[in-house]
Parts: sequence; structure tokens; C-alpha cells
Amino acid sequence: MKRKDFLYLSGLGMGALVLPDFGAYANPIDPLQALDKIDVKIKKELADVALNAAKAKGASYTDVRIGRYLNQFVSTRDKRVQGVANTESFGVGIRVIANGCWGFAATNNVTKESIAKTAEEAVAVAKANAKIQGEPVQLAPQKGFGEVSWKTPLEINAFEVPIKEKVDLLLNVNDIAMQNGASFVNAALFAVNEQKYFASTDGSYIDQDIHRIYPSFGVTVIDRASGKFKTQSSLSSPMGMGYEYMNASPEDKVSGVITRYKGRYDILGDVKEATRVAKEKINAKTVESGKYDLVLDPSHLWLTIHESVGHPTELDRVLGYEANYAGTSFLTLDKWKAKNFKFGNDKVNIIADKTQIGSLGAVGYDDEGVKCGKWNLIKEGILVNYQTIRDQAHIIGLKESQGCCYAQGWNDVQFQRMPNVSLESGKAKLSVEEMIKDVEKGIYIIGDGSYSIDQQRYNFQFGGQLYYEIKNGKIAGMLNDVAYQSNTQEFWNSCAAICDESDYRLGGSFNDGKGQPGQSSAVSHGSATTRFNGVNVINTARKI
Amino acid sequence: MAILSKEEAQAILKKVLSYSKAESCEVSLNGSNGGNIRYARNAVSTAGQINVMSLSVNSTFGKKTGSASINEFDDASLKKVVSRAEELAMLAPENPEFMPLLGAQTFPESATFNATTAAMTPDTRAEMVGKSLSIAKAAGLDAAGFLENSTRFNSVMNSKGLFAYNKSSNVSFSVTIRNKEGTGSGYVEQDFNDLNKMDVLALSKIAASKATGSAGAKAIEPGKYTVILEPLAASDILSNMFRGFDARSADEGRSFMSKKGGGTRLGEQLFSQNVNIYSDPMNPELPSATWSGDGLTLKKTQWVEKGIVKNLSYSRFWAEKKGVEPIPFSRSIVIEGGTQSLQDLIKSTEKGILVTRFWYIRSVDPQTLLLTGLTRDGTFYIENGEIKFPIKNFRFNESPIIMLNNVEALGKPVRTGSGMIPPMKIKDFTFSSLSDAI
Repeated sequence: MKRKDFLYLSGLGMGALVLPDFGAYANPIDPLQALDKIDVKIKKELADVALNAAKAKGASYTDVRIGRYLNQFVSTRDKRVQGVANTESFGVGIRVIANGCWGFAATNNVTKESIAKTAEEAVAVAKANAKIQGEPVQLAPQKGFGEVSWKTPLEINAFEVPIKEKVDLLLNVNDIAMQNGASFVNAALFAVNEQKYFASTDGSYIDQDIHRIYPSFGVTVIDRASGKFKTQSSLSSPMGMGYEYMNASPEDKVSGVITRYKGRYDILGDVKEATRVAKEKINAKTVESGKYDLVLDPSHLWLTIHESVGHPTELDRVLGYEANYAGTSFLTLDKWKAKNFKFGNDKVNIIADKTQIGSLGAVGYDDEGVKCGKWNLIKEGILVNYQTIRDQAHIIGLKESQGCCYAQGWNDVQFQRMPNVSLESGKAKLSVEEMIKDVEKGIYIIGDGSYSIDQQRYNFQFGGQLYYEIKNGKIAGMLNDVAYQSNTQEFWNSCAAICDESDYRLGGSFNDGKGQPGQSSAVSHGSATTRFNGVNVINTARKI
Repeated sequence: MAILSKEEAQAILKKVLSYSKAESCEVSLNGSNGGNIRYARNAVSTAGQINVMSLSVNSTFGKKTGSASINEFDDASLKKVVSRAEELAMLAPENPEFMPLLGAQTFPESATFNATTAAMTPDTRAEMVGKSLSIAKAAGLDAAGFLENSTRFNSVMNSKGLFAYNKSSNVSFSVTIRNKEGTGSGYVEQDFNDLNKMDVLALSKIAASKATGSAGAKAIEPGKYTVILEPLAASDILSNMFRGFDARSADEGRSFMSKKGGGTRLGEQLFSQNVNIYSDPMNPELPSATWSGDGLTLKKTQWVEKGIVKNLSYSRFWAEKKGVEPIPFSRSIVIEGGTQSLQDLIKSTEKGILVTRFWYIRSVDPQTLLLTGLTRDGTFYIENGEIKFPIKNFRFNESPIIMLNNVEALGKPVRTGSGMIPPMKIKDFTFSSLSDAI
């Protein structure tokens, strides 16, 4: 065993360590096991067992996903390694249509006998539910692709980097924070590898190898005398990349009030600046409520795009499939049919994209065997399209799915999930400095913070990490206690300017929640710095 | 795989420990079995059945721990998982916060298992969902809901003699019923250990009546109002506060429980005098396991008495550092109340707002625990003790700490969301803007 390179510490028994939620059935494994692969021939054989067993029981359609989901999570606090966890979740999920109704069953016992039994269970579930079903499922046709594969383009597989190197890096991050005056610091690195094999009765056998990475930290500064504490989070983004994300070149750094990152990330540089600004926050002045022009950095705007554009354009929400949990949408079908609904003003062009390299949503095929693509959701301010999957495509007159189906694991049933949803950059040359120069009374917001939006996506409130007052075209100092409230349509119609492509950056979420039982998915949102005029800002300071 | 009995689990755990060569070893064996139906637009949208069991081993030498896990249970696999955990422990860094394992403990039997719930099948679920759909269809409304049941066992044994086992069952149901025009929406949710207590028909009727009753909502000005929070609404907002009853983050100065100048707010009057909060795993309405994740017995614990903070939770490590007894936190939270019903609270209100539930609650400022979120699925204006008309949803910006200083009355607690929670009458609750969402 060549384990000497690896530090390994874990404990999923009595919960001695702080670990993230890896999903229900993730088991800790040896880091080297993560590098093993399962032969695609074996996967095909197992998949055929499921397809045949379900058909024999009367299924009219079957898909099977043999999934191996690997997570590696390294977390540190101050001078201490809190946890190093390698987990693997391996199993088979089988989805069928029988008597016009969906059924699903899953097992982590990956033998031919167990797979056949699970396929039969899925058919039994479908038949039980068919008794209370109204309309039969209508599945958009999908041609089979035969045996194909897709892999995240990457330079360095994060699972091949020795854990010791990661631990040393994170402890170095913490050391820099403590040396510079932080009271506490947590730093973590999360790597994900989804090895997904999909097969369906349409004749597809799709093998995919998907990688994601997310370095992050949080710095806390405490002023004991006043009892105040302030935090600053990393300005990194989770990415659909390998460990190469951790190697930033000077071109990846965007200078300004604080350095931001494009494509690659410098965690050591970021933590030094984070500690500086966290200390400044202790004595920053509190904001005066009122209307301000907002200049929103991509490290902040991604979340506003996610909540106010990404979610309301999900067709399943529009139709009511999420009514009992995430909610419905104000972007009802009549607004789309009218072809003139002004979601935003004509500066606003928003793209759905499952192919963007480096993004969290990039895959070759979705989890129901549809090849992924790119399309407009909002064109020159008008709502022109939604995001959809095979059993809903016909509702908006599509002959095929847009490839937005995803399941967080083999044991979860796949359903509609958001592709990357991004704001197109401005066509005219415009830098952040030039944008700020034109603002008389404004606030420049960097980093994502508090976020909340209603169940139809009208009313929202967002905070950030850093707020700078803009007075007569100049940055006038740091502010505290800022949150802005607006209405989605009003907000996107107040879009005054978008910086050019040279400022375009991706932000994103590793854990977008939706569905019952809840499932998490990862998605990116790109934009350049954007100005919105006359937005309502509230003061969030309270005394308890 | 089956849900193992106490004896079956014990036998496997003993066998695994007999293979251990570590200074100390802890083995846990857990399994679950359950299914669900999700429905929307008055039809089933997804459904599933999942069945899993796994075993994990933590082996320790000094302060170095390694862990490995497996889902195969033949002798060779069990031997392999133990030796892998031991190999990994040898390579691990020392954990300065490692606590030696606890020895044998006596845990009371819990009341978390119910055989009727455990016997649920896909057909039982389909029949229950059919009942809920019948209410919506008969009234010309649209239902979207979720029904889930699970039975699980958790067991752990260590080389110092500790053995703990718990078997539990749960069934949970929620439904949102909306009118066809999309102008009214109602919601209920409920979970029980015992299926016999679950009345999906009655619950669906409440959601349907709120869907109809909330149609045609009027806009009223945001501002400070007296609110009547249904137990679910109160639970939505207060569940964000319970996590803060942690001594370590308070001592470290980064919690609303931290004191200016250092220390915690333990012993301080933080809430109104009528606020009493405790947890009790033996509460018959809200049973939980009787042991915590770190092997401690969960006992009845008073967290707040007459508005004074009486206890904060201490992990074994933090308790030792501070020279106090460890206190595990429990999820079986009970907020004491009176005997008044929700109707009684409405009757006693001159002007106020009835809130069915809150939605999308997020922290705005951890220092004051300021939260923001919105009302959802049935918000009504009350005047002279009666519900007058439905009103548009509001966004709130409020701290549960401030809210529990403005308690006018507490009704009879019911099992909901995060615990046994009473309906609450709260004055000066801050709504900051209107939402068009229905």
C-alpha cells in the first residue's frame, strides 16, 4: 500500500468530526480507492439486467443509472485538521414507466440478482401509483446514442493530489489569517467526482466522469470590548474543474478594492486580504436606508441571477411540480406565449448553458440521456424560453428535451434541475472604474451574503460580503448593515449598464436545493459587473 | 436488507469488535428502509423505495483515529473493514480534541418505533395520497404533496463496553393546495412516529380551505404588527435559534449567546418571563432516541426557564476544557404554552395578522440573529377577534430573540416542524415589504 502520502482522519461513527452532508449513503473509503475505475463492460452488463427485468414485468420505458459518487472533504480550523473524509457512494437507480406512470427503486447491493429485483420493485411502485394517476406520462422522443462517453476537461485530478499537500495548504491559509489578526479561521477543500453510467431502452449507454472542486474559508474577527464579531468569506467559486483551479496566474487576478479571481484562484492571497477587510468591518459605518444605484460584482451577482432568473425559468416550477416545496413561478406560460413580457430592459440577455467549460453544470449528457446544449432564456429583456426535461417538453411545444435532468445520486430519482444561467456581458467597452465614475450615490457590493426570495420569485432581499459607498463617482469607504430589497421584474428593468466581456467571471453554488426528498445540485452563473439604478437599501442593524 | 433487531445488531457488532487490535474501537451499524410518493397537478410525479444498511469502524491508537465503512457483512468483509480502519489510524495526524471512548452506559428504552408505520407498503402510500387528491379534486383545486415513511435502526458498540441501539419509524406528510386561478394557496405539514395518528383527509381539508380562503388577498402597508403565529410558523422561525444554544461558539465570542467583554449569556434574562423551553426524549408526543451522537444519555434538559437561559450544550471536549458536565443537545424541543387554542388567540386580538407559515428564512446578521423571510400559503388580517380578509404576503426582518421578548400569549403546544410548539401571539413583529407571491 502506498498510503504514506496520505493523511487520513475520519470518523462517521459517533460524530466526532464536523463533516458536510454527503447524501444519505456515502461511506468513508481509503483515498486510493477513489482512483479505481469500474470497467465499462461490467456496467453495460449490469445495466442490461435492469432493462430486461423491467421490460419483462411490463415497463414501457426504463432507464438505469449505475453511479459511483466520490467526495473528498478536507477541513481545518485554526491550527488543527478537523477532518479528512473520503467517501464513496455506489449503487444503482432504476426508473421505469409502467401503466403510464413513473416508478423508481434503488439499491446499493450491486449484483445481477439484486438489480433485477430492484427493477421489479420499480415496476411495482409504478403500477401501485398508476391506480391514482390521471394523465399518462408523455415522454419526448430521444434517439439512442449507442456507447458514448464524456469527461470534464481537467489538467489535474484533485483526487490524485496527496491529501498532505491539501492539508498543508489549508493550514497555511489559517496561519496567514491568524498572523494578520484573525480571531478564528476555517478553511476547507471539497472535491467531487461523479462516475455515472446511464443506459436506457432508447439504446443509449453513456459513461461520464465529472469533476468539481470548491476551496473556501471563513475568517472571523472578534472585538471583545465591544462584543462585535465580523466575518469575511473567500471570494473563490466552486468550479467544474480539477485541482488546476488552485494555481492562479497574474492574469486571473482582478484588482480593485479587493482582488477577485477569474478562472483560477489564489487562496493564500485571498485570505490575507480577507483578514484585512474583516478587521475594517468592525468599525465601518452603518448604512443609511434609501435608494441607491448598485454596482454588483460577479462574485455577488451570481446569486441574484440564480434566485431571480434561474429558478423562475424552471418549467417544472412554472407548471406546479414544485408547488409543495420550492414553490411556483411568476413567469407563467401566458407571459411566455405573449412573446413581449418585459422581464428586464433590452440590455438584459440571459443564457442557459450546459456546455460551458469550467462551469459546474457542464456535462455531455443529462441524467435521462439527452445531449446538452445552450439556449436563450431572456432575449433583449423578453422572456423567450424555459428549462425543461423529457416528460415536460411537450407542454411548451418542444419536440425534444433541453437536457436539464439531474439526480444527486444513484438513490435519488432524476428531475428538472437548473443549467448554468448567465448574464451576457455588455457589447460596448466598459470597465468597472468607468462604471463607478458615473454613479453619484451608490453602493458597490462584492461577494455573496444573506439571500431570500419568495416562492414565486417576485420579492427578494440580498446582502453581500463587502459594501463600499460610492459618492460622486468615487469609492468613499466601507459600509455595514446593507441589504437590498426589490422585485425581480423591477430590478432587471433597472439594469443601467453591464461591463464588457473582459470582466466576465463565474460564480456558483455547490448545493442548490430542490425537490422532495431534497436533492442538491451544482450550478454556475456568469456575469460581468453590472449597475442597477435606484434600488431600495435597508439597514439591518439591531440591538438584542 | 432488513431492519435488524437489537440482538441481531449486537451479535454483528460483537463479532466486529473481536477482530479489533486497536487501543480502542467503536463500531456503528445502521440501516433504513422506506419509500415515498411525490405528487403535483393532482397526479403522482415521482415515487421511490430505498433500502440500505452499512457498518463503520473507528479505530484509535493514542489520539490517532482511522475510519472505514462497508455494506457487506460476511466474516471476510468484516475483518477487512477493521484492518483498514487500523491501517488508516496509524497514518492519521493526532487529533488534539480526541476524547477517550465512554464505557458502558444505561440508556432508557425509547418510544420511537411503531409497527404500523414500519409495515407501510407502496399500496398504503398510494391509498393515502389518493385520499388527499380526492379532497383537491372534489373542490376543483390543485394539490401538490409529499408522503414519506421510513424505518431505521442505529446501533453502536465500543471496546470500552458501550452499546446503544435505537429503532424508529416515521411518516411525514405535507400538501400545498392551490386554486386553479393561482390566486389562493394553503399548506399543511405533519409528521408522526405512529401512522394511526396521521389523518391525511383532515389535513388536506385544512389546506383546501386555506387555498379558498386566501384567494383575493388585499395589500396592507408593511410595518410593525401584532401577529398570531400558527405553530408551524413559530417553529419555522425558532428552529434557527435553537442551534445557537452552543456553549463553545458563545464562549468564543461569535454567537448571539456571547456576552460583551467575554463569556456567555448563561443565566441572563434573554426572553420574556413567559418563555420556557426544554427537551425531553421521553415526551410521548415527540419521542426521540435516548442517546446522543457522542454516546451520552439524553435527559430532560431545561434550556430556558421564565425567560432565563438555564443551559447551553457542551460537547464532551468543550465540557472538559471548561470543567463542567457535558450536555448533549436534543432535537425534541418543547416550548411550553398554555391551554388556549389558535382560535382563542385570534379571539383575543383586536388588530393583528395570522401567519400560516414562513418561507425562505435566512440569517441576515448572526450577531443579533436577525432573520429575513416571507409569509406563505395563507396570511390573514384579524380585527376584533375575527379573521376579516386574506392579505398579501410580507417579507419580514426580525430576530427570534426580539420576538421572544414580545410574547403576549402562548397557546397549547402541538407537534410540528422542529418540536412541540404552541401557537404564539407576538407584538411589534417587523414586516418590511410586500410580496406578490401566492
